[in-house]
Amino acid sequence: MTQSCVTPGLLHYEPPIFEIGAPGRNGASLPALDVPDVDPATSLGNLARKSPPGFPEASEVEVMRHFVRLSQWNHAIDLGMYPLGSCTMKYNPKVNEATARLPGLAGLHPYQPESHLQGALRLLWELDQALSEISGFARTTLQPAAGAHGELTGLMLIRAYLTTAGNPRSKVIIPDTAHGTNPASVALNGYKPVLVKTGADGVLLPADVEAVLDEDVAAIMVTNPNTLGIYETHLPKIAEMVHDAGGLVYMDGANLNAIMGKVKPGDLGVDVMHFNLHKTFSTPHGGGGPGAGPVGVVERLVPYLPRPTVEKHGDQFTLDLDRPESIGRVRSFYGNFGVLVRAFTYIRELGGEGLTQATEMAVLNANYIRARLKEAFPPSHDVDTLHETVFSGKLLKKETGVITMDVAKRLMDHGFHPPTVYFPLIVPEALMIEPTETEPPEELDRFCDAMLHIHAEAHDSPETVHAAPLQVGLRRLDETRAARKPRLRWTPPEETE
Amino acid sequence: MLEVIGVDSVSDLFRSIPADSRAKGPLDLPPPLSEHELLGLLQSLADANRSAATGELLSFLGAGATAHGIPQALDDIIRRTEFLTAYTPYQAEISQGTLQAVFEFQTLVCELFGLEVANASMYDGATATAEALLMTRRIKRRDRFVVSEGLHPEYMETCETILSGLSEAELVRIPLGADGRTDASAMKAALAEAPSACLVVQSPNIFGVVEDLAPLANLAHEADALAIAVVTEMVSLSLLEPPGACDFDIAVGEGVGYAVPVSLGGPGVGLFATRDKFKRQMPGRLIGETLDANGVRGYVMTLATREQHIRREKATSNICTNQGLIALCFTIASSLLGRSGFTQLGHLNFAKAQYAREAIAALDGFELRYVAPAFNEFAVRVSGGDATALVNDLAADGILPGVAMGRFDPAWKDTLLVTVTELHRREDIDRLVTALAKKGASS
Repeated sequence: MTQSCVTPGLLHYEPPIFEIGAPGRNGASLPALDVPDVDPATSLGNLARKSPPGFPEASEVEVMRHFVRLSQWNHAIDLGMYPLGSCTMKYNPKVNEATARLPGLAGLHPYQPESHLQGALRLLWELDQALSEISGFARTTLQPAAGAHGELTGLMLIRAYLTTAGNPRSKVIIPDTAHGTNPASVALNGYKPVLVKTGADGVLLPADVEAVLDEDVAAIMVTNPNTLGIYETHLPKIAEMVHDAGGLVYMDGANLNAIMGKVKPGDLGVDVMHFNLHKTFSTPHGGGGPGAGPVGVVERLVPYLPRPTVEKHGDQFTLDLDRPESIGRVRSFYGNFGVLVRAFTYIRELGGEGLTQATEMAVLNANYIRARLKEAFPPSHDVDTLHETVFSGKLLKKETGVITMDVAKRLMDHGFHPPTVYFPLIVPEALMIEPTETEPPEELDRFCDAMLHIHAEAHDSPETVHAAPLQVGLRRLDETRAARKPRLRWTPPEETE
Repeated sequence: MLEVIGVDSVSDLFRSIPADSRAKGPLDLPPPLSEHELLGLLQSLADANRSAATGELLSFLGAGATAHGIPQALDDIIRRTEFLTAYTPYQAEISQGTLQAVFEFQTLVCELFGLEVANASMYDGATATAEALLMTRRIKRRDRFVVSEGLHPEYMETCETILSGLSEAELVRIPLGADGRTDASAMKAALAEAPSACLVVQSPNIFGVVEDLAPLANLAHEADALAIAVVTEMVSLSLLEPPGACDFDIAVGEGVGYAVPVSLGGPGVGLFATRDKFKRQMPGRLIGETLDANGVRGYVMTLATREQHIRREKATSNICTNQGLIALCFTIASSLLGRSGFTQLGHLNFAKAQYAREAIAALDGFELRYVAPAFNEFAVRVSGGDATALVNDLAADGILPGVAMGRFDPAWKDTLLVTVTELHRREDIDRLVTALAKKGASS
């Protein structure tokens, strides 16, 4: 290793936790044994563990410093703008953390009698109602743990419905701008994805859907607004065509932040939609989860929802397991309850007006960035965009040799997280920017200034941009090396090459 | 801002939405609340529950969601906003904190299971089990899965649901034998009957019985199938020989209760580990070590060509967002416990459960359903045959004596699953035993 233990200043290089501490040390706080001792090894015989797992051996202070130091190597929404397109990295109100930790909520066990869970079940029922109102659906299941899990659940609902109708069919139509999870979820549920190209204006055209529509099509899966940030104006017409052909309409709700209070997907002919509570409803992303991916459905799909559902009888709430047409559980217990509590708190904090205003400000912020950057980085399409815009770095690459990844890495030196890059796949050198409603105008200006500065720098000294990042502690990491000879766990240093 | 954009009003920004697509009226939701009002509202919802965490209940509930002591330092760390409000670590240079923590998580999961590669987490134990089935389907190109009925019934149902779209998929259930362990001869016969992708066994199983894993792995391998182990109580691996050492090919688990409060069963964290030779067939995200341009050690997402954002419909799974923060909790909890603390924790659970088990077995009106070794939970038959009635009776006195197993299967309605951990003091256990003794005597 060429690194030193500590960098000058306050940013500490921190070795893996397994290289910290000393044999026998721990940071555990355990009670004394107050019952007769038994020797597990004798009682368990050949079932007993022969050597303990190689856990760290460090004191509490060592563990604490280790993780606090690691935390300082992360960018986070509370440190600065995080304009990842289609990820909706908005500020997470701290009151949500307080409510999710209330012992009367966090301490509940899923198998307590229903009479013990009335507050929790009421919360779940009211969250179902609120999400259904926001999206225009009859009911919403809260079980799925994330967006992709919601997609799979939604597709299973479609399969169950069509199977009852006589034929599950075999294909699902997906536009070329879709998130990768869409085709992956389709394949996982035994369907075959059929690609349809986005039209010249960045929206799906009924004629293109017509060309691939037949009686084998189970559904179409549409993101609206799509991943170009463009509203799918023909969706009602397309939904009608798909319905006429006996199929159903799935909407990926990843971009719901663009239309809250403006459009209810249920009004457009959409039959099923998943929400990403960790995007639109401001539950913290936690470095990759936990999320929650509730699925809203129209009336005809309600019987198929995962069981149990929460039902209201007068003032009492129950968990209904007796649902003969249900697709069954899609996970253990009732969902990521702690995440659902945060989203419920957020919805109650903002109310309908606040959610609508969030959408308006998100669209305003995105369009402001578009206006300031459009000369330097031409938008993918010359049409209106809502909560995000996809810019192309193609021109910059042609003029300077600086590619989108260079721009992304250079943004780090300006204190910003880069946008989503190289997605959607149909836009060359794509930079997909979604500021969300919670960025103040001054931060948007700083971001745009940084982008324009990098654009100028690419022309003046492209090598600086190629070399970025230069100021974030580590230089560009060698991904090829990581993949060629994968080291996927820590091993003692003497065993390393 | 409007001037820079070149529009007159914010509503102009929505002109791309056709008039007939617009919502008919404003959202019909309750009015906004201040923080103070929100805390009051949520507190009132919390107060409408009864929670063991508030001290008003003495709970012996487990069955895949067993509460343990969560270290105080843990919540301080995960409230670090740099962990809490970061996204998936797509940009490695400014996500090293998350990436290194996941690398450490993967190492811990390997150590626990005695296997060589672990991923960055799945949603929960149930979906991890379903993903393991699908992985063996890819490796063996077979659609038949032989599953022990000792598997948590909610895991079983999740597997059935997730396999439901694959028309050829067949889930074959193997009953438990008279000793409460998976019936090995029935397992052997089922594997011989037709080529299968895998066998699945949970240990300790749904009745708390520790399975003898090694012979089951042999059965699988003799039939050219893979062996999947499921662990719903991670603390058990402090004392029990891990699946990897028993020659299992894949192990999955659930971290709720060990790493985070049970919180009605979620979020927890799904754990997933396998042999090195199968790593390219794994679902989910993997973090690997590498060097930066200056030769400094760092971490990146790797082998991503298995994943949905690259491979789309040919990906090994559709998972994207996982349980990152809970995986971090798991890493912190394990790091604080440490090697010696983890073993000591297991010892406490084992001894206290043993104490409770012997005391309850000695009561009139109760008998152990199985006598085979257990870790920290055990199944008791209730005289009169209605465990649910017993639970409801004792709940009125503030004691939840265990899970009435009839909720999973009517055939199990005489059985109570009692879970005892390091959090139960001797007097808590004695209080349970006294309360049960009264009920036993009166039945």
